[in-house]
Amino acid sequence: MKFEDEPVPGYPLPILPGHTSPGRLERVLRSGAFAITSELDPPDSADPEDVYRRARVFDGYVDAINATDGSGANCHMSSLAVCSLLTRMGYAPVMQISCRDKNRIAIQGDILGGAAMGVCNMLCLTGDGVQSGDHPQAKPVFDLDCMSLLEIGRGLRDDHKFQSGRKITFAPRVFFGAAANPFGLPFEWRAERLAKKVQAGAQFIQTQYCYDVPRLREFMKKVEDLGLLGKVFMLVGVGPLRSAKAGEWMRTNVPGIHIPDSIIKRVAGAEKQAAEGRQVCIDIIQEVREIKGISGIHMMAYRQEESVAEIIQKSGVLQGRVPWYPGRDQTALQTPPTKETA
Amino acid sequence: MYAVRRWSVRHARGMEIFYAAVERVFVALHPLWTRIGYERLDKPVAAVEKLVKGFLFDCQMCGQCALSSTGMSCPMNCPKNLRNGPCGGVRANGNCEVKPDMRCVWVEAFEGSQRMVEGKELIKVVQIAVDRRLQGRSTLLRIARLKATPPATAAPAKTV
Repeated sequence: MKFEDEPVPGYPLPILPGHTSPGRLERVLRSGAFAITSELDPPDSADPEDVYRRARVFDGYVDAINATDGSGANCHMSSLAVCSLLTRMGYAPVMQISCRDKNRIAIQGDILGGAAMGVCNMLCLTGDGVQSGDHPQAKPVFDLDCMSLLEIGRGLRDDHKFQSGRKITFAPRVFFGAAANPFGLPFEWRAERLAKKVQAGAQFIQTQYCYDVPRLREFMKKVEDLGLLGKVFMLVGVGPLRSAKAGEWMRTNVPGIHIPDSIIKRVAGAEKQAAEGRQVCIDIIQEVREIKGISGIHMMAYRQEESVAEIIQKSGVLQGRVPWYPGRDQTALQTPPTKETA
Repeated sequence: MYAVRRWSVRHARGMEIFYAAVERVFVALHPLWTRIGYERLDKPVAAVEKLVKGFLFDCQMCGQCALSSTGMSCPMNCPKNLRNGPCGGVRANGNCEVKPDMRCVWVEAFEGSQRMVEGKELIKVVQIAVDRRLQGRSTLLRIARLKATPPATAAPAKTV
């Protein structure tokens, strides 16, 4: 799909009727296309080129790029900064906002600032506890939780007010998202919690890693029963396992990640484990796209970002569509650009 | 105390009935509270609340008690202070991601809410951001004053 009014980098598109943001991700989702987002691992550096290089590996394969906000409670370049760098190139970033490190004064300032820099998508998260990261001695803030954050964000956008009630003069035009973990305990409560997030203002959802498609189906059935289909766009989190050992490590050490034994065994039994991990990911994507109510996938290929292009291409979910990237529309006229390798 | 806290959740329905009665008494005594002065009463009442709720729920005295909406499991005991449901990091055994030896406050809350009558529905309602100024103050007096004097200016008075 191509939009006639593709942007000049950093310059917003007009807002279409029924949309809340001028962003490309919202346009792709509302047009009914299967959307792809991918997580960018923010650099431990102050060099903007490190950000651009990490974004370039996704060129032509993703509709939006998530900038994590100190994921796993580890310190990296801030999500606001990564996002504003990305908007300079015209990329569509998803700014992740975690409640762990900032109070409501700082967060609301970041929402305004991000929107001013051209960030159209924001993902409201509670955030990992500080104990899981590289600074366990830090003070956990958690002034808000993801739900009150969503509500405050929506208030900024729709009521043009800070949480204090003070007016703002120009509202941030943002497409708000939230996370969901269909695989976490208590299972029977997870769809209800999603309903609450939608009620609080979530317009799209990016889920935790999905390795258990039957359980996702069960969850989506409940989501449908609650009447949420059509009210929120669901993007399922997927990612390749590098090896059976890595999968084993993830499921024992990263809380909230559920990987069935069958998946681990399948990867372990393969001659080339990394290739099999990618194949598992492709299979999951193809299964997931058939589930009613799923609008796209969210790739989390931590430290395997270069595999994203191959996985998406082989899964065929783009159906010939080439998501916008800097220079996409010039490539037809010129010789293909030589991609820098990461 | 952890064991008492869990006992309270197991008896969430009884707690719900008990709380409703206490609240009715407090609202009925509004004229008396007004005569003595709400401000003057806040400290002693808060002290009693801290003692009782501290014993029963490990209450953290946030000053805006949500126990009726959280299955009688105090959300301020969640290391992330979540007031709207569990985070994605609940362990496979139902324990907390941050404190591996503690059962997730929200796994408890969900179970407690299923034993309650109003609590079963209230847990689905979005709780707004905490007002940190109320830390250490009495919830009961605040509720009594709120319910006894509905805002006169608002057109249709919102019933809680």
